[in-house]
Amino acid sequence: MRKGYITGPVLGALWLVIIASTIAVTMSFATGATFRPQVGLGLVWGAVAGLTYVAFPARHAPARLAVSVLLGLSCLSGLGPVLIGPDTSVQASFITIIAVAVVMHLSLAEILKELPFAELTRHEFEDAVIRFCTGFGYIFFTAIVVIPFYVMVMTSLKSQQALLQNPLDFSVDLSQGTALFRSYTELFRDFNFGTYLWTSFYVSVLTVFITLLFSVPGAYAVARFRFKGQKAFSRSILLIYMVPMIVLALPIYIAFSITGLRNSILGIVMVYPVTTIPVALYMLQGYFRGLPTEVEEAGLMDGLSRLAVIWKITLPLSLPALASVSLYVFMIAWNEFLLAFMLLDDPSKFTLTRGVTMLNSSEIPRQHLMAGAVIATLPIMALFLGLERFMTKGLTAGSVKG
Amino acid sequence: MTSTTPPTGTGALAKREARLAWTLLAPTVISVSLVVILPLLAIFWISFKPFTLSDLRPPAPVVRESLRGSGDDLRIEYRLRNSSQEIAIDGVTLSDVLPDGVVAGEVAAPCVLDGQELFCDFGTLEGGQRERIRIPVAIDGDPESFEDVVETSEPRVTGSGPNVLTNLDFSLENYARVFDGSEFWGVLWVTLFYTVFGTVGALVMGLFAALLLNKSFKGQGFIRGLYLFPYVAPVIAVAFTWVTLFDPFSGSANALLIQMGLTNAPINFFGERPLALIMVTVFEIWRYFPLSFLFILARMQSIDSSMYEAADMDGASPFQKFWLLSIPQLLGILSVLFLLRFIWTFNKFDDIFLLTGGNAGTRTLTVNVYEQAFAISNIGAGAAVAVVILLCLIAFSFVFFRYISREEGL
Repeated sequence: MRKGYITGPVLGALWLVIIASTIAVTMSFATGATFRPQVGLGLVWGAVAGLTYVAFPARHAPARLAVSVLLGLSCLSGLGPVLIGPDTSVQASFITIIAVAVVMHLSLAEILKELPFAELTRHEFEDAVIRFCTGFGYIFFTAIVVIPFYVMVMTSLKSQQALLQNPLDFSVDLSQGTALFRSYTELFRDFNFGTYLWTSFYVSVLTVFITLLFSVPGAYAVARFRFKGQKAFSRSILLIYMVPMIVLALPIYIAFSITGLRNSILGIVMVYPVTTIPVALYMLQGYFRGLPTEVEEAGLMDGLSRLAVIWKITLPLSLPALASVSLYVFMIAWNEFLLAFMLLDDPSKFTLTRGVTMLNSSEIPRQHLMAGAVIATLPIMALFLGLERFMTKGLTAGSVKG
Repeated sequence: MTSTTPPTGTGALAKREARLAWTLLAPTVISVSLVVILPLLAIFWISFKPFTLSDLRPPAPVVRESLRGSGDDLRIEYRLRNSSQEIAIDGVTLSDVLPDGVVAGEVAAPCVLDGQELFCDFGTLEGGQRERIRIPVAIDGDPESFEDVVETSEPRVTGSGPNVLTNLDFSLENYARVFDGSEFWGVLWVTLFYTVFGTVGALVMGLFAALLLNKSFKGQGFIRGLYLFPYVAPVIAVAFTWVTLFDPFSGSANALLIQMGLTNAPINFFGERPLALIMVTVFEIWRYFPLSFLFILARMQSIDSSMYEAADMDGASPFQKFWLLSIPQLLGILSVLFLLRFIWTFNKFDDIFLLTGGNAGTRTLTVNVYEQAFAISNIGAGAAVAVVILLCLIAFSFVFFRYISREEGL
């Protein structure tokens, strides 16, 4: 196995199949036309390419270039690694050919870099395998993450007929102008999505505030004071993490039905923070523990009360942690589905997630549902991308709240 | 007399500290016990009760008051009925104050009139029973304007039926129903499959993704952010996207598979056994691999690099370094993640509920709670399933604290 003339063709063959599938899927999703990876032929072509790349070690050796160009052009004949359907536009075919040739050349040159033709050392062999796996990993993960979101956005821009005609055709007709966003305008006009957006927003913000109000003193107490039951308390906070929401939702539903709190934003605002307080408390106490006590003691010596110490010293020092916690809590409240679904029936009081659930019916076209999903996703994504540093920290510190 | 021994017990300062601590914790403790502890106790209570969705509205007397007739033939009418068709209500009474300017005529049993105060005692109102009381009245003034006055003065009614929630009748019927037949074992098997494969899959994928990103290059931050998308996006958005993507009629995934010649007929991914279970597990892996990835990556970046340099000097190959250095270093975080994710996957409800609604052999214990309580509208049975879940969780958390406490020093 550890011979350059074996490793090279094997990796080349597998790699070409991966690349051919990727390009075929990408082109299908982009144009809706027929592209099909040909596994058998791909393996043969890839083996040839791998052998060539191992045999000619110069990075841009003419033989390497020739083989790559040949690979690309072979797609035209129907005997190449990618089969291009008959009714494909010239540009799409052209792009496919170029993509196969260029991507294959660059990536194969990288994977089979410095791989001798004959005997390989263990290091050379494993490095090549790792480079192969890395390439595959990037393609694989990017594909599985991007495809669903791509489908979500593109479906929301299509019309029902176009969708049923060719579910693969996601090409967007830009000449329609603003009519492209008709699903969105309909959602905001006929389905009250503006209200839902606002409700979700203020419920989430209120949840963040109430959560901080409750958890900051609690976290401080757990982090700084010695008292009986401290350990038991931090453990039970963790235990509360582990109680499934549906188990709590059932009695809450009953209690709210009896007291008339069901179907009211007040009820939602009462319940949401409690689901997030344990997480926030746990995250914050970890951070507070890391702060030096000397600064606080200095404050105490100067005559500040404990609460003033928290307000004037601890909180300003822990602003980054507060930002992380707030973002994380905001995300939980914004994404919350189960309680909103069970407790809200009145369409005028829906949160965004509850509103999107309402769209999941056979009478409402798919693109509306997807447009609703986009509306629910966009704000949280914008927050996330803008404040990724805090968010990542928050997620890591928030342990593994699901 | 002053003692010369050192003070024992807690001193005043320590006591004050503890008091302050509990004061600061009080809001959290109170709110959490109201919304978490109390419902948990309620679940146990309800699970022993024959409680259905319709019992949520206990039977109560309903009354409507109106001014009828015209001219000399004016009368106030009270129409009373039992809101329930089956259950009787005890101690039903009605009392009302007639507005000034209204002079009542003769009042028939079971009512008595004392001045302007009307009081009727109906005793027991059978299920579905209706009562009508007519009181002839004379009005000095315009009947039109009195209509509003009469109808806005709310009569008070008392009387209550038996409340299933608060009485002391208990039965094991719910548990018998839950454990009855092969259904329960099917649900348990589905839960275990989903939990074990979902957890392990997400861990392995997370490890793979972390290995990819454990080197610094341009755009690393961007890719890391991108790979977190499935976890950060709202569950309804991604779940409905998957449903759309894998729809048998208009789904792109099926169109792609057919076009590539991998299948001839569309596959109903979320509607067939056992494919639906595999699909929801794949969704779980897809949605939660970012979390494992984030934790494993954080741990990887904190591993001391001198160890790898030493291994390089000794001529270790990349695979050897991975198996003999990285994996042992990551074992701690991997086991913590495994246990926590295991519990969380076990608890997961939203994902399956949105993807399949628990159909096509994907009903896990948590989905079963919802099914029993709302689809079959037997809240008691749902509560019994919830109790089973809680018992499992107590067992898990026992394991958790035995092993994790040591790992993470909690």
